[in-house]
Amino acid sequence: MHCSCVWSSRALSPALLPRLLSHAGCWAPGTKPRGIWSSPRRLASAVETTQPIPLPSQARVVICGGGIVGTSVAYHLAKLGWTEIVLLEQGRLGAGTTRLCAGIVSVAKPISIECKMADYSNSLYEHLEEETGVKTGYVKTGSLCLAQNQDRFLSLKRLASRLNVMGIPCNVIKPKEVSKLHPLVNIHDLVGALHLPGDAVVSPPDVNHALATAAAGHGVQIHERTTVNHVMMEKGHVTAVETDRGAIECEYFVNCAGQWAYELGQASETKVSVPLHGCEHFYLLSKPLPEPLQPSTPVVMDMDGRIYVRAWQGGVLSGGFEKNPKPIFTEGRNQLEIQTMQEDWDHFEPMLSALLRRMPELEVCEIQQLVNCPESFTPDMRCLMGETPGVHGYFVLAGMNASGLAFAGGAGKYLAEWMTYGYPTANVWPLDIKRFGNLQSSRTFLRHRVMEVMPLLYNLKVPRWDFQTGRQLRTSPLYDRLDTQGARWMEKHGFERAKYFIPAGKDLLSLDASKTFYKPDWFDIVGAEVKCCKEAVCVIDMSSFTKFELTSTDDQALALLQHLCANDLDVPVGHIVHTGMLNERGGYENDCSVVRVKKNSFFIISPTDQQVHCWSWLKKHMPDDPQLHLEDVSWKYTALNLIGPRAMDVLGELSYVSMTPEHFPSLFCKEMSVGYANGIRVMSMTHTGEPGFMLYIPIEYALHVYNEVMSVGQKYGIRNAGYYALRSLRIEKFFAFWGQDLDPFTTPLECGREFRVKFDTDIDFLGRASLLHQRQEGVSRRFIMLVLEDHDTELDLWPWWGEPIYRNGELCGTTTSSAYSYTLERHVCLGFVSPPSLDGSPAAVTPDFINRGDYEVDIAGQRYPAKAKLYPFSSLFAQQRRRKDEMELSNFQGK
Amino acid sequence: VCVCGGALRVYAPRASFPLAKLWGSSLFPCQRQLPCCPTSHRPTSSQPHPIWPTAMPVRGYRRSPDLHSYNLTPPQVNSILKANEYSFKVPEFDGKNVSSVMGFDSNQLPANAPIEDRRSAATCLQTRGMLLGVFDGHAGCACAQALSERLFYYVAMSLMPHETLCELEAAVEAGRPLSPILQWHKHPNDYFTREAQTMYFNSLRTYWQELIDLSSPGESLGPREALLSAFKRLDSDLSLEAQVGDANSFLHYWVLRVAFSGATACVAHIDGSDLYVANTGDGRAVLGVQEEDGSFSAHTLSNDHNAQNENEVARIQGEHPPSEKKTVVRQDRLLGLLMPFRAFGDVKFKWSIDLQRGVLESGPDQLHDNEHTKFIPPNYHTPPYLTAEPEITHHRLRPQDRFLVLGTDGLWETLHRQEVVRIVGEYLTGVHQRQPLTVGGYHVTLGQMQGLLAERKARASLAFQDQNAATHLIRHAVGNNEFGAVDHETLSKMLSLPEELARMYRDDITIIITQFNPHVVGHQRQGGES
Repeated sequence: MHCSCVWSSRALSPALLPRLLSHAGCWAPGTKPRGIWSSPRRLASAVETTQPIPLPSQARVVICGGGIVGTSVAYHLAKLGWTEIVLLEQGRLGAGTTRLCAGIVSVAKPISIECKMADYSNSLYEHLEEETGVKTGYVKTGSLCLAQNQDRFLSLKRLASRLNVMGIPCNVIKPKEVSKLHPLVNIHDLVGALHLPGDAVVSPPDVNHALATAAAGHGVQIHERTTVNHVMMEKGHVTAVETDRGAIECEYFVNCAGQWAYELGQASETKVSVPLHGCEHFYLLSKPLPEPLQPSTPVVMDMDGRIYVRAWQGGVLSGGFEKNPKPIFTEGRNQLEIQTMQEDWDHFEPMLSALLRRMPELEVCEIQQLVNCPESFTPDMRCLMGETPGVHGYFVLAGMNASGLAFAGGAGKYLAEWMTYGYPTANVWPLDIKRFGNLQSSRTFLRHRVMEVMPLLYNLKVPRWDFQTGRQLRTSPLYDRLDTQGARWMEKHGFERAKYFIPAGKDLLSLDASKTFYKPDWFDIVGAEVKCCKEAVCVIDMSSFTKFELTSTDDQALALLQHLCANDLDVPVGHIVHTGMLNERGGYENDCSVVRVKKNSFFIISPTDQQVHCWSWLKKHMPDDPQLHLEDVSWKYTALNLIGPRAMDVLGELSYVSMTPEHFPSLFCKEMSVGYANGIRVMSMTHTGEPGFMLYIPIEYALHVYNEVMSVGQKYGIRNAGYYALRSLRIEKFFAFWGQDLDPFTTPLECGREFRVKFDTDIDFLGRASLLHQRQEGVSRRFIMLVLEDHDTELDLWPWWGEPIYRNGELCGTTTSSAYSYTLERHVCLGFVSPPSLDGSPAAVTPDFINRGDYEVDIAGQRYPAKAKLYPFSSLFAQQRRRKDEMELSNFQGK
Repeated sequence: VCVCGGALRVYAPRASFPLAKLWGSSLFPCQRQLPCCPTSHRPTSSQPHPIWPTAMPVRGYRRSPDLHSYNLTPPQVNSILKANEYSFKVPEFDGKNVSSVMGFDSNQLPANAPIEDRRSAATCLQTRGMLLGVFDGHAGCACAQALSERLFYYVAMSLMPHETLCELEAAVEAGRPLSPILQWHKHPNDYFTREAQTMYFNSLRTYWQELIDLSSPGESLGPREALLSAFKRLDSDLSLEAQVGDANSFLHYWVLRVAFSGATACVAHIDGSDLYVANTGDGRAVLGVQEEDGSFSAHTLSNDHNAQNENEVARIQGEHPPSEKKTVVRQDRLLGLLMPFRAFGDVKFKWSIDLQRGVLESGPDQLHDNEHTKFIPPNYHTPPYLTAEPEITHHRLRPQDRFLVLGTDGLWETLHRQEVVRIVGEYLTGVHQRQPLTVGGYHVTLGQMQGLLAERKARASLAFQDQNAATHLIRHAVGNNEFGAVDHETLSKMLSLPEELARMYRDDITIIITQFNPHVVGHQRQGGES
């Protein structure tokens, strides 16, 4: 056996192959048995010379990549009843990362959807042997996440809270109990640990093989040694796949090419961005210990030491995620072959030291091998899933961030559902490939970013961390001005946004060290900005928002928007409409503000990270009409938000136009002059519920307008504010944001936004039927606001998001966002709750359920009482005349 | 028989005995302190040396109040090591041609007080090429100092074509300013003897006038002949100046000091892909060649002129009557006294006894107080016994030739040339080029591997401390422990030795490391062939 093959290739060994072939033969009677495995691995040359059977000329789905991800997709598609599925693998099945990966299936993942996928994968792999008869090496070992410090322990407790919500068993344990569970762990420097009894280890190639066998059993045709050259498209649809062995016509293509997914995406006619980049990843295999380690020994994850350890053939397998990763394949695949990766002991030294510190008894243990197994990473540490924005029928599942095995089962299931039903059964927006665009596809960007992402896997993640690499890609023209005034920046979709402004004279060093689970040190700075927004006027640069213009010669634009938007857009020119764009289920695909700038021209403002998603949603539903034109104008405008009671005074002085609510009512848009600059779109709206204006300024005027506003605003006490102030303001006023609170599974009815749905018209907008049905049945979950009580802002842990909500001691939901309200002097959490189901069918939310109940929010295991509210504090809204808001509010409160 | 080597073995295990280079009663103070020189007696007892206990020399020192400064901090060590470091980078685009030399790093570490080594580096401005040289003085630093100032001018003159020499002469004749001949690359500590410049210039002018007379228009000497001629001419000028003397008593004393002291020279002339090394004495030029597998091997470009070189022994024995065969080389020294078999200066081994006495008698009074100068070597029958004639090596640079190390014997007696080339090569190519570790089929435990990696890491971090390859090499030369790794304790001890003892443990070390530009070297080679 080749020495770099770590895993005993039991399942793929020649000895077992005939059995597999015969199985395949009877399951797929139409094909010759030998053809399924066109070139079985390491068989005698007699087999090698056998002509591989020809590829089919057409298929419904072609999946590229025979690793664990590709086979999982094939398996789940077949299970959902798809036929004519062809899986192509350039080498042998599972010959890439799958063959080398460490084989740990753990649910300890940063976000809930990932935990869900891992949990599903775990149960899938557990039963795979039963289903297929292929041994998978599945052992339910459980795992131990160790904490060397209190902060780590807190993050583990937070994870435990989240897992509890999902019903995944886990226990927060003391160091002593760790040594009971694992014979080798040195516990002297531990403060605690999280025990996940359900976690497991498997042999990845065997699981891969089992999935392939099962898929083949369901009729999936698997062809090895077949390289996909490129994907053919016509009119934005996949039409065929060109391989080195001929073309296959197909409707769907799934890019599961792992490390090579980026290149494969670039190779198609219309380039598809699959933003991922490889890094070398090392793990060590030891020879058996003098007293062999039991296979059932729990996996150890010592994130502070940056290592993981599992039992392996009586010895250990231990790898880690180092601080200084080695990016690889930047220039493409020709650089190095994945099979001949070099071991690098010097690079592994910190992890070896961490291992020996954690398990000193291993010192006498002999080395078997150091394995170099490249993994692919994405710009935000989450995988890439879903249909690509530009090409219908082109799906991607790749970029597993070293958790390929743990995610493959669940991710394969979700992708198969996506292809079958148009969307998965869970909200996968955090994984949706449409959260990225071409702007994240630069090789240099990816190379730099993944060097930050890989260590981040085991870094302590505190609230509100920002990526440090790949920054300053998109900036507003005011960036330098704001930066010199003390702006501290965060990044969203490549765009730099100010978090807050450090006043002159403050110590910068202490401010940059604001990484904590407790009260951050920008607290007073943001407090001052909020106060200024409430009492005077602030400027917030909101240029990052996505801005589209939809125009038509006739009323096609209106027709399209009336179909896509829940709210009525047939309003007079100059009106602004807040509306959701809903899917068939009535869930939010987007939440935006639409301005009717002309009769047949609309200006659509969406959240920053909607740039790709919203574009593709609109394009998908746009009729093929040359008279209808959609343009992305995000880059054309700088957006300044003047927020606060004196905003109208500042603008009035700059434009010689009265900006009082009498003359410029709320939710209006006018083109006017500000300073010397003419043609500024001034909108009487803010995204926080405060009085104020949004200025959409053609970029060449941006600096001028900003300077004028700042100089005129001086006497009104104007100052810069950042997004943290904005967040605090919007959350205390119960404003939901798409991407944080709203998702494709949330309907307007569930978040009290019925007033933004045109039920009173008979226009058949997307999702109408579902909403009507829901209105009939009543909602089973409801967006509420929770005001924490008995929570000490100075000393207690701050809420973040994802905290469990308890009602009368029973779990009833989770939070989606939270902020400290400087006005209420309390923490406010927003989240969804649903009543317990009595008979299995969801129960409807009643006002009593919300109003009569003792609510608690669980922050890292500690519960804080909270007051639940269905509507915001009206006292928070400045008294000003509103045209529509008043109606909205009354509507809101009446609900 | 000298026993110091044995006595000191604990301290400097690989060092051959550094003292013994000097002949007997010299200006060097060791004779009075140590019974180890040729003229003194062997200690009667075979016990460890009475003054320098072999077992635990550290303890022996610690008792002495002078030696409390053993524990240098790493920054102190660095400041000592870096005091004389110098780097020169050839500007990348000089408008004419891209140089085959990327630049050089040089450094020196004194053991004598004052240091007797010298170094020089200069670019020839009238002809092409770069000159680099290390000079190891003995019996004082005067001769080495004179070489460091003068030799390159002699070489530059020898290389000049007839016309350039004529222009030069015409300019001097007309009192016009001279176009510069050399561009020096000097460390601030590298100085010129101001008072002697006029005398040096006059000797040099006489030389170029002769060169003009001997050549015809369109002619110039090749580098080999030029180097040979320059070496021989300068040595004869040193000798002549001492015989003639000078009206100025300071200068008179100076020229005598230069002539009666001695120095070896190892000089490289690099022009494009042509590398010439002229060596007189026991300095050495070693080329660092990178093999295809990335490792480095040493290619020596000079022969040591000492008793270890059979050819040299044979040459000297052949130059003198058979009756002197046993006395001309004794105890591995020339006439039982001098270690290098070729050297500049050292007129005691070149002049007749009469000439020596005559010059000394007419010389300034200071000379008479000096025992050393009056001493005539034993068995001194058929002078001259010593020559400054260099051995010249030509090497055509190849792309794999990465660097050239010029070093005085202080370096070569502590580190093997292969080790030198490895250290420099790994330093220059960076830590990542280190030979990767592989476990292969060996039985290695995790603990052993951890130890090994920790050591490699320490070595790598050392390389980051130094910005200068020569400094890095000195760090190894002085600080290597018995495992071949630099350790701070050893370094600290070796560098905190008091002046009068330092010379017992190490010699002056001078190093110039020249880095070649593999692209240019490869290019010129191709260009030359086509």
